[in-house]
Amino acid sequence: MINNILSFLIFLPIILSIPILFFKAGKDKLIKTYTIAVTIVVFILSIILYFGFDASKSDFQFVEKVQWVTDFNIFYFLGVDGISLLLILLTTLIFPVTILAVWNSITTRTKEFYFLLLILEGSLIGVFLSLDLILFYVFWELILIPMYFIIGIWGGKNKYYATVKFFLYTMFGSLLMLVAIIWLANYATPMIGKFTTDYTELRKVSIFMPLNIQMWMFIFFGLSFAIKVPMFPFHTWLPDAHTEAPTAGSVILAAVLLKMGTYGLLRFSIGLFPLTFVRFAVPIAILGVIGIIYGALLCIAQKDMKKLVAYSSVSHMGFIVLALAGMTVESVQGGLIQMVNHGLSTGALFLFVGFIYDRRHTREIADYGGLTKIIPIFASLFLVVCLSSIGLPGLNGFVGEFMILAGSFASPNLHNNIYTILGTIGIVLSAVYLLWMYQRVMLGPVENEANRNVPDLNKREIISIIPILLFIVWIGVYPNTFLSKSEASVKRVIENVEAAKKNILNIY
Amino acid sequence: MLTQQILDGLSKFYPETILSVTILVIVFVELFFKKKTRVSGWIAMAGLAAAMLFTFLQVNIPAQTIFFQMVAVDPFSYFFKVLLILSGFLIVLFTFLSDEIRSSEFKTQEYYALLIALTLGGFLMASSVNLLMMYLALELSSLSSYVLAGYFKKSNRSSEAALKYVIYGGVSSGLMLFGISLIYGICGSLDMFAISAYLSANPVNLITLLIAIFLMLAGFGYKISAVPFHFWTPDVYEGSPMPVTALLSVSSKAAGFAMLIRFFLVAFQNAGHPTITTEGLHQYITLPGLHWPEVIAVIAVATMTLGNVVAIWQDNLKRLLAYSSIAQAGYMLLAFVVVSPQGISAMLTYLAVYLFMNLGAFFAAILISNKYKTENIEEMKGIGYRSPLLCVSMAVFMLSLSGIPMTAGFIGKFYIFSALINNGYIWLAIIGLMNSVVSLYYYIKILKNMFLIRPQGDTGAVSFGAGYSVLLLALAIPTIVLGIFFGPLTKFAEYSVQIFGLK
Repeated sequence: MINNILSFLIFLPIILSIPILFFKAGKDKLIKTYTIAVTIVVFILSIILYFGFDASKSDFQFVEKVQWVTDFNIFYFLGVDGISLLLILLTTLIFPVTILAVWNSITTRTKEFYFLLLILEGSLIGVFLSLDLILFYVFWELILIPMYFIIGIWGGKNKYYATVKFFLYTMFGSLLMLVAIIWLANYATPMIGKFTTDYTELRKVSIFMPLNIQMWMFIFFGLSFAIKVPMFPFHTWLPDAHTEAPTAGSVILAAVLLKMGTYGLLRFSIGLFPLTFVRFAVPIAILGVIGIIYGALLCIAQKDMKKLVAYSSVSHMGFIVLALAGMTVESVQGGLIQMVNHGLSTGALFLFVGFIYDRRHTREIADYGGLTKIIPIFASLFLVVCLSSIGLPGLNGFVGEFMILAGSFASPNLHNNIYTILGTIGIVLSAVYLLWMYQRVMLGPVENEANRNVPDLNKREIISIIPILLFIVWIGVYPNTFLSKSEASVKRVIENVEAAKKNILNIY
Repeated sequence: MLTQQILDGLSKFYPETILSVTILVIVFVELFFKKKTRVSGWIAMAGLAAAMLFTFLQVNIPAQTIFFQMVAVDPFSYFFKVLLILSGFLIVLFTFLSDEIRSSEFKTQEYYALLIALTLGGFLMASSVNLLMMYLALELSSLSSYVLAGYFKKSNRSSEAALKYVIYGGVSSGLMLFGISLIYGICGSLDMFAISAYLSANPVNLITLLIAIFLMLAGFGYKISAVPFHFWTPDVYEGSPMPVTALLSVSSKAAGFAMLIRFFLVAFQNAGHPTITTEGLHQYITLPGLHWPEVIAVIAVATMTLGNVVAIWQDNLKRLLAYSSIAQAGYMLLAFVVVSPQGISAMLTYLAVYLFMNLGAFFAAILISNKYKTENIEEMKGIGYRSPLLCVSMAVFMLSLSGIPMTAGFIGKFYIFSALINNGYIWLAIIGLMNSVVSLYYYIKILKNMFLIRPQGDTGAVSFGAGYSVLLLALAIPTIVLGIFFGPLTKFAEYSVQIFGLK
């Protein structure tokens, strides 16, 4: 079993989602218990994977490779390295936490909801583990379908608009990626000697392709990732999708789905086209910085808590883009840990917004005020999460942001440290919008009488949020547990970039 | 000698002979079973099954022409014969299960005879290697479809559909005949191989030849409903009985494609330089100076773009499917631009998956109109909760038509775009894929209405008989399975084009 653990991670949730369809319609509690049990089993599997993973190796581990399509040499090819390991852990942690946290939020069509959640989890894990480009593409697209229904069926009042926008935006990018995949495999055919979409084969030859062709492939791949991240100016689908999605949908969207974009950039854009990435590092960094500042400014202007958190994602993901553009070991490591951090903090922020929404059915900041006195446990935990998102030292956000800024400051690929300096403004702004929001919602006198009887967090909600808080503090105090796992893999990526740079000098 | 060749030809002509006999038997039997409408249907099915059996016996027959080089018996026509019989079979079942037809004043049974005649026409279209034979086959299939389209003679929509169809069909086939006569004037022969030999050996006026090609394209374009010969499609699809629409969208289109491929690849290849690549594949070399692939490229792009853009505005499910089928023809034409075995086998693969997903979509539409008495998409709100099996299957067909992975449609598109990119038509591939994004909008509009909006008014479950469910699954399951295990299908398609076009 340990040899096929990756397949188990992907297909356990997908296959075990089918029995849900046969449960009796009224048995909501049973369905929820079953789903959470499945996700916990998957989480335990990922813990086993974590301990089985050999951090000293930079190669892919637990590799499974079976021929899928013979005449095209397309493989069912899975493998995990330090980069995907952390994202797998994040994914498998977020699912049970979310399900427990939103236990009573979904009241209609529970069966279908939990069925789709499990399908979504399996395909997300599939995205992070696929090492064949077509297999990757299949999982990448598969995610759209459960997400479409989750937003569309259980979403808010503008859900139709949001779903269509989400679907079309993502599809636009991913179809370009499909062109790029086929083109790349075709172009590599004479170099490898056969048509194949095997990532490990392709990355050996892709750096030797003519630069203008690499550039187009890079753009086609990059656009689909940029839409998913989302990078400015492709971010406009995000606030709609986030705001309209049910809490569970928003949490998973923010915590895991957005990471598909940055993971894709790191794995495929940098992995396959390192030189082109170096050439485009500055424009990418500029878009990242615009995202950071623009996203933060939009946050300040929001009146709706959920929208505020949604736009804060644009800002935070900008840091990760800046980190990848920096392309030093520190910045990429920082970017990777920041992916996890963003998943934890923003996921938790959405959960808190969901908790308060379940109680009062409004997300307007102006409807609240002075909640600290009424719901003290909520207030204190919410503060911790806000501070983690801002990047207070001792909590996880600080580690990630510090590494990103330190790593990109001296990056030889950016030629200039102005991007980093501008990026730091984003941290200041994040303190402004989050603390201001906290102040308006939590502090001051209670002005709205309807808020007087709001109940505090119950045991279930506290338990659901504890794992996230645990990791927030853990990463903040001792990030090495996680950084050490990814170090070898990240180093290898950067070494490839440096080697490619040297190579190009030899060729031209 | 003469009789010998005819007898020899007949021995390889069993499937067609069986279909002809079936037509006669149905016409005859009708005289005795006027009340029992299903008898002719069963006979039609039996005839199709027998034809299928004899087609299977031809699987390993070496490629050859029979009846004095009129008809070819080769793996290429074999592929289309299997496709056409499968589609004919499903259409007979659709007809059995359609309330629309059952409840109409539908007393005579020439319906099934015409259905078989259309299939027979398709057989001959796929296999004729002589332009005159090709024209006759086209007319046989067209004439049957005119009558079928107007089958509800008391319904205005149906009569209008038939009339439009006849007028467009008449004009197109007239133009095509004119094209054939020009080609005959240039080359002095109607035999495709002779045309190819003449064109490769003698200098001809390319302008005249190009005009002839355009005129021929009118006939092909009308059959596959490619822009600008598509105008009949939405009205005819909307007005005809739904099983007939399904038949027109699949059988008639497939046969049209077969004819188009054979005509261009056999008649206009450079016969002076036959080349076989190391993989044993025949490489097509087009005549120098004759830019017909470019013409096809323009038509393909126009077809899919128009089909997709207009489909967005449709509220009627049948009209939407009509425009979607125009767009689908555009994707298939794209692969033809490549003019290589890879492109042709991609087209064949796409046609096969298109058979399942498009017939599936039409069958789902039939069931929706049976139970909910509507063809309007806006009136399908929330029916996903009332008939889950039906609507989930519909979702599978829609996602497959738009080309989402894990469905057969993705495989079809993957092969088409691989062929394009492999031959350097990257921009064409991008235009095609952008079209897929547009198409997604109207396909998910159907899903939105079915699943995302809660049912209003009556919310009771609406279920179907076992027969309906079985047929629905028989279409939905291949649509998914072919998305994961498609090796045999693509192998079959590749085999069918391997030696195609060589004499």
